[in-house]
Amino acid sequence: MIFSYEILLLLLLLVTAAGAVLVKDLMSAVLLLGSYSFFLSLVWAWLGAVDVAFVEAVVGAGLGTVLFLLTLFRTAPKDTRLRRPPPSLVTLIVFPLLGALLLYAASDLPGFGDPNSPASVHISPTYLEQSYEKTHTPNVVTSVLMDFRSLDTMVETVVIFASGIACALLLRRHE
Amino acid sequence: MIRPHDSIIVQTLGRFIIPIVQIFGLYVLFFGQYGPGGGFVGGVILGTGMILSVLIFGHDASRSQYARNVLHGDGVGMLIYAGVGGLCMIGGGEFLNYADLEIPGLETASRRSLGIILTQIGVALDVAVTAVSIVFSLSAEEIIEDSING
Repeated sequence: MIFSYEILLLLLLLVTAAGAVLVKDLMSAVLLLGSYSFFLSLVWAWLGAVDVAFVEAVVGAGLGTVLFLLTLFRTAPKDTRLRRPPPSLVTLIVFPLLGALLLYAASDLPGFGDPNSPASVHISPTYLEQSYEKTHTPNVVTSVLMDFRSLDTMVETVVIFASGIACALLLRRHE
Repeated sequence: MIRPHDSIIVQTLGRFIIPIVQIFGLYVLFFGQYGPGGGFVGGVILGTGMILSVLIFGHDASRSQYARNVLHGDGVGMLIYAGVGGLCMIGGGEFLNYADLEIPGLETASRRSLGIILTQIGVALDVAVTAVSIVFSLSAEEIIEDSING
């Protein structure tokens, strides 16, 4: 079930994520976060979610990195060096507990690709069977996003539009 | 305010890469029904191409003029998406149910396919303009003012 490629990719994910958190320089942290997104997109593609991998690669590794870098260039150089206080006692106790709880809960998840898992028996078969017949769209992800669930997608578009407007209102101020 | 990049390597590569990025964005946008991709990713790639030209050639270059003009299109993508939904309501249909589009000579599945393409174009425009707009907000204030005041 678990292949060596996956272990290598997950190790790279862990290393880049830990590096982005632990590194002292914000610029390096941004670049590490970009490489983290890239490895994550490889994991998505490996699991067969090509559309998600595409979005992760383009937005996480491309656009997000550019936006972070532009933000850094507008801040003063002294702000980009980090001095972190050591983690508090509560953090040291609560977060390992949370991790253990998540691992314990993950043991109940259905197996990868299990045809009897709840997600695969509810409405997915309807979409998979009717996508081409009803919409002439072989890519089921697109037909679900844009046709069967198009009201959701419209509101997501509104969210993106609103974020652009908010950035413009907050950042383009003139004295 | 971003000035043009000094390096001739970056400039030459930019001239070469930016058109490819844009064409790939269009391909992803219109091929989204048949393969991975779609409106969101296509829009981000189109916007990234314009951001790349701003980063390489600066705000004032004629190549960045296009990205600057695009800022006026904020909201057009939203209008296209909601407009397609409104068009479906003409003749008593449901909002965003593309099967109710009043186009003679098209069967239901083709109408829905057409509706998917149109709304994808709307999403792509919205995302691309938003990406360029955020980059302009972060990097140039005087340029924005010039652009809006004509």
